[in-house]
Amino acid sequence: MSDSREWPLYEIFIRARGGLDHKHVGSIHAVDARMAIEHARDVYTRRQEGISIWVVKSADIIASDPADADALFEPARDKVYRHPTFYDIPEEVKTL
Amino acid sequence: MSTARFTYVLRLADASLILGQRLSELVGHSPALEEDLGLANIGLDLLGQARFLLTYAGEIEGKGRGEDALAFLREHRDFLNPTLVEQPNGDFAQTLVRQFLFDAWQLELYERLSQSADSRLAEVAAKGVKETRYHLRYSAGWMVRLGDGTQESHDRVQLALDQLWQYTHELFDADAIERQLIADGIAADPAAIRQGWDAQVNAVLAEATLQRPADRPYLWQGKRGQHGEHLGRLLAEMQYLQRTYPGATW
Repeated sequence: MSDSREWPLYEIFIRARGGLDHKHVGSIHAVDARMAIEHARDVYTRRQEGISIWVVKSADIIASDPADADALFEPARDKVYRHPTFYDIPEEVKTL
Repeated sequence: MSTARFTYVLRLADASLILGQRLSELVGHSPALEEDLGLANIGLDLLGQARFLLTYAGEIEGKGRGEDALAFLREHRDFLNPTLVEQPNGDFAQTLVRQFLFDAWQLELYERLSQSADSRLAEVAAKGVKETRYHLRYSAGWMVRLGDGTQESHDRVQLALDQLWQYTHELFDADAIERQLIADGIAADPAAIRQGWDAQVNAVLAEATLQRPADRPYLWQGKRGQHGEHLGRLLAEMQYLQRTYPGATW
């Protein structure tokens, strides 16, 4: 598969500012976690994009199988009553 | 005009300027895209420090020379950077060892300068401390990774350390100019810087399983304008445009 000399891949999550969630922004190669943080800082926050970084080894992410998409996601399609569309949202709530 | 202060600020400026130029030579040539950005970021931080310091030096001199005139139109002998920073990039180990030895020095220097009686210097240093702390984290991380890595990476870092060590002595050698400014509370005392530097360097070398080379008595004189063979070529590239098309802008 991949060349064993190639550095492992890490997924990068950045918190843009206090109160917001960490968002996936991309991935980088690094030999260890410390370097992953440094590379993420250099690649993804050089224009003040964030105040906090999470890094996760891409290999540690367990993903759903696209082949299972029908079974996993199709059944939700016809259940509109699960959407909270019947509430009035107060104007003061900005980030919902 | 204070000649001593002009000389001292120029030494600080040229240390950052020349190393920044060296790092910018690596853009597009680093071993990985991420390192390319990392080293370029450090180079840009250093260039930013140099711009502030050169501008300030020009003001102290009072002859109307701005940052560009001082960076691009000075002669070889008028550059006052320590000899360490003009050393070529070599392999990645040499680039990293040069960076580490410099970062450990600059952090101690800027921490002290941020208390300088000269408020302009204190400002630049206070801003620089944050940058340098990251640079040191980056370069020290690589020292340990390579030193305590494979046999080949260990050997290369040790070789680079043995080759570059001779240039560190100059960093801690105060001359009459510095001694006067230290007495005035403006300059940082190299003896104090040396203590912090020694502790930092020893700790990282131990973790990296590297041998600290023996000190050699030879003293390089870059900060007095006497340079080795490498600075000329660096300046030729850095100054080419302004020398060929004086006053060119874009």
